[in-house]
Amino acid sequence: MSGVRVLVGTRKGAFILTSDGKRKRWDVSGPHFAGWEIYHMKGSPADPNRLYASQSSSWFGQIIQRSDDGGKTWHQPGTPPGEPTTTPDGMPKGESNKFVYDTSPETGKPLTTHQWYDGTPHPWEFKRVWHLEPSLTDPDTVYAGIEDAALFRSTDGGQTWQELAGLRGHGSGPKWQPGAGGMCLHTILLDPSDPGRIFIAISAAGAFRTDDAGKTWRPINRGLKSQYIPDPNAEVGHCVHRIAMHRSRPGVLFMQKHWDVMRSDDGESWQEISGNLPTDFGFPIEVHAHEPDTIYVVPIKSDSEHFPPDGKLRVYRSRTGGNEWEALTKGLPQRDCYVNVLRDAMAIDSLDKCGVYFGTTGGQVYASADAGDSWAPIVQHLPAVVSVEVQTLP
Amino acid sequence: MIRVVLPAHLRKLAGVDGEVKLDVAGQVTQRAVLDTLEARYPMLRGTIRDHVTQKRRAFVRFFACEQDLSHEPPDAPLPDAVAMGAEPFLVVGAMAGG
Repeated sequence: MSGVRVLVGTRKGAFILTSDGKRKRWDVSGPHFAGWEIYHMKGSPADPNRLYASQSSSWFGQIIQRSDDGGKTWHQPGTPPGEPTTTPDGMPKGESNKFVYDTSPETGKPLTTHQWYDGTPHPWEFKRVWHLEPSLTDPDTVYAGIEDAALFRSTDGGQTWQELAGLRGHGSGPKWQPGAGGMCLHTILLDPSDPGRIFIAISAAGAFRTDDAGKTWRPINRGLKSQYIPDPNAEVGHCVHRIAMHRSRPGVLFMQKHWDVMRSDDGESWQEISGNLPTDFGFPIEVHAHEPDTIYVVPIKSDSEHFPPDGKLRVYRSRTGGNEWEALTKGLPQRDCYVNVLRDAMAIDSLDKCGVYFGTTGGQVYASADAGDSWAPIVQHLPAVVSVEVQTLP
Repeated sequence: MIRVVLPAHLRKLAGVDGEVKLDVAGQVTQRAVLDTLEARYPMLRGTIRDHVTQKRRAFVRFFACEQDLSHEPPDAPLPDAVAMGAEPFLVVGAMAGG
């Protein structure tokens, strides 16, 4: 019987929630990596037992963890204890948590600077991995979106990482600025119809696309408007919170921006589809597994509150690709609820009916086994949830 | 034999209980101790010192013999009691909320 495995990253560890296809009874394992921030965990589409996790702390920095057995055991995919840390010719072996911007003359770009909050130049500094995106076809290939914003790739199961420096160095990098949460590359979408095409998004720079597997990049922000930047129609500088696509229709993108829910039908220009949403601010956006025009958002009150309007936790669903939205409230708290749902904290399974999951900063993970019509908490008292991913298991 | 005490999170990463004992070649300095530690436990690389700059991470401190050695030059000799193994070299996660 098919089942699901929900991977939950929190401020103080990772949790793995499993259920059969009915998605009514759940087993909870964790905390894994107790006390560490788990910004993201994700499984390989090519091998569901291969999981990657980003483990970090302000004290001890970044760790990459890997599981080859569906989360039962984990290890750092670096040099095993007792083995030499240098190659026979004396070069240091790569370590799994080593993310170094590529400034080599052959493949890299000069480090230059990006803009700090006050507009002054600021050097690039690695802080953490926000998002891990395993390849659609190779379990050993995985992409990492990092802060300060850059894209890295590993082709050896997370042991060593190389920057795809064309993104940071394509030209607009010196104009990128951090958002309130830092200058993070948080979204990586791999086009299942074209191995060379990758979409990424950065707060607060915008969305970018490569058509040659990461060598060259260009901004795809036409139509985005950000009222408080000097040029509201600028090529970069937009605070994109999340983008999403449906596997069957990768040319169509949906975006939750810091103000405005947007849609692109050509992968480079956008129109607003906020419609009747109670607020056009929020973080996650997802697409139904079987209906490419059914999308989900969680409206959040901005600019500084960052909790649901009126204390009502509501997922909004559009079955028309945007503009017309319905509130999904059955099973969700409709009074005195002041949690947030962060950008990587929503996920969709591919069972029929499609399951929808999201986690809150209050430590609840909610699941819907009927495409959002009704909801129930899987767990209610975890640390603040940072990320939620789901694997549909055979 | 140099004795090193790691914070709980790093002991778990390294898969060790209690103190770590290291043979450090040459003069016993912060750099020599940390180089030896990372060679034996490569999973700790980047967690105490930055991978590139080799600077101590901001919230990590070094103590020995009731002294805060965090701001000592990395190539300065450690106290004799550490070099002789009478006292441990302490790697400490700075106390902070959160």
